[in-house]
This record gives sequence, C-alpha cells and structure tokens, in this order.
Amino acid sequence: MADQAKFADQAMEYMPSLYSAAMRMTRKPADAEDLVQETYLRAYRGFGGFKEGTNLKAWLYRILTNTFINRYRSQQRRPDETNLDDIEDFFLYRRLGGLEGARANRSAEDELLDLFTETEVKEAVESLPEQFRIAVLLADVEGFSYKEIAEILDVPIGTVMSRLHRGRKGLQKRLYDFAVQRRLVGDEGRQEESTSVAEHP
Amino acid sequence: MTSDETNDGTNDGTGPDPGDLIARAACRESLTELYWFLDGELTVERRTLIRTHLEACNGCLETFDFEAELRLVVSMSCRERQLPPGLQERIAQVLAELTEER
Repeated sequence: MADQAKFADQAMEYMPSLYSAAMRMTRKPADAEDLVQETYLRAYRGFGGFKEGTNLKAWLYRILTNTFINRYRSQQRRPDETNLDDIEDFFLYRRLGGLEGARANRSAEDELLDLFTETEVKEAVESLPEQFRIAVLLADVEGFSYKEIAEILDVPIGTVMSRLHRGRKGLQKRLYDFAVQRRLVGDEGRQEESTSVAEHP
Repeated sequence: MTSDETNDGTNDGTGPDPGDLIARAACRESLTELYWFLDGELTVERRTLIRTHLEACNGCLETFDFEAELRLVVSMSCRERQLPPGLQERIAQVLAELTEER
C-alpha cells in the first residue's frame, strides 16, 4: 500500500506528458488544466490503493482517461466510426511515399516534417473519434504496450489492437487531406491506384 | 491487420515466378506484422525474421521506415513543450494542503 505523503514526490514528474495527453483529449488549454488537476486529486485520494512497484505512469493515465471520459464524454459528438473502415492500410505511404525528390538524401522524417506542420498533426489526432484518439495517444505518443493500454482502458487486448488499427488509418487519411488542401500533393496523388507505389505495399 | 491488396502477380500473362511468390509472401507477412513490429509486440524470432526480410527487400524497408518516421513526427508534434504557467505549483500546493489536513 502506497503512502499518500509520497505521492507528490513520485507523481509530479509525469505532469508534462499527462498535460499533453489532456490537451489532445479536451482540445482546450483550460479544460486540459482542469483535467490534469482533477487527475492528480483523484490519484492522491486513491493512492492508498496503488500497489507500489507497479506502473505509476499507467495508473495515472488510467485515472486521466476515466476522468476525461466521465466528465467530457457527454460533450463529444457521436463518434463517426464507419468511415475509418474504408481506409486502406498504409494509406499515406501509398500516396506520399513515392513523392519526387524524396530520394535526394532526404529522410522520410524530413519529408514528413516538410509536409505537415505541428499544428496539422495535432489537429489530425484531435479530429479522431474519442476512443480511437485515446488509443493512438497511448500507443504512439506515450509508447504504452498493448497490455498496458488494455489495463488503462479496461478493454481486451483485441479491442486495443482494433482501435489502434482504425485510429492510425484515420490519422493518415486526415493528414493526407491536409496535404491535398495545401496543394502539396498533385492530382496524381489523389488517384486511388498510383502505379509508382502500387507494388509496396 | 490484413494486407490483401498486395499484387499476387497472377494477371501479368506469364504466370508468377516461384521466387516472386516467395518474396511476395514474405512481403505480405512482414507488412501484416508491421505495426506489431513497430509497437514492440513481436517475439524475438518474428522480429529477427522481419529484420532479415527488410535487409533484402527495399520496398518493405521503405514502408517500415515511412511508418516509423511518421510515428516519430506524430509523437513529437503531440507533446506540449511547456506546462501552463503556475499549473505545477497550483497542484503541488493543493496536494500539500491535503497532506497537512490529514
């Protein structure tokens, strides 16, 4: 059983990552601050039930996620899940992976950083339906394992994988829409089957 | 996590080359497991098999590289660089007051 007096010493270091997740969840700085503060209060009160030596970061994320879902779910519009199933695997790579100029000593990371601003990436993540957004945040931003995410969200591992799969596809589709909007991608990139990159994948 | 779109080579008129078929099966397997690989959710054996395939297959290597870099960009972009001024102090103070009350 963990001692409440030690809570602050152990838990404060996770505030920057919890705040980042709270921002992507609520999309508003004031709400994100409230969410983080409430998470710390609830965690403090429940710290007696935390088993020392287990994963404190995952435990805090579980409280953050539950608090978010309980407090903000009613404000969310109904998630639009159907269109995520129609997106092909590797949606973005099929369209942007073979861009001209990509090979001239430029890494995929440089290319991607040129294609999308930080704000656009944030907007793309924030545009995902809630349960897919949370899965992507926990896996791709925070690096939690499937098992940890399953425990944080209290769902089976298969559900975690399914949400991640669909969330990642949705993210790629939205990023691509930004690229098209900004005319970074020509019309040839919009065609469903681009021959230059059709082989892989 | 399926990858059914991979060209199976049966419509090129000449019939598939057996070597191509093996390569494509290896590609398909690797691409099917791409996210598990990047997520660190594969056994050492599966990871090693995929690494071996990536050394031999530039197409798959590019796909893996693109997905890995995309994840890095997403991860970096989603992190707030700074906490709002005063938040840490405010929470620390609330916790300190609760601790004193006990």
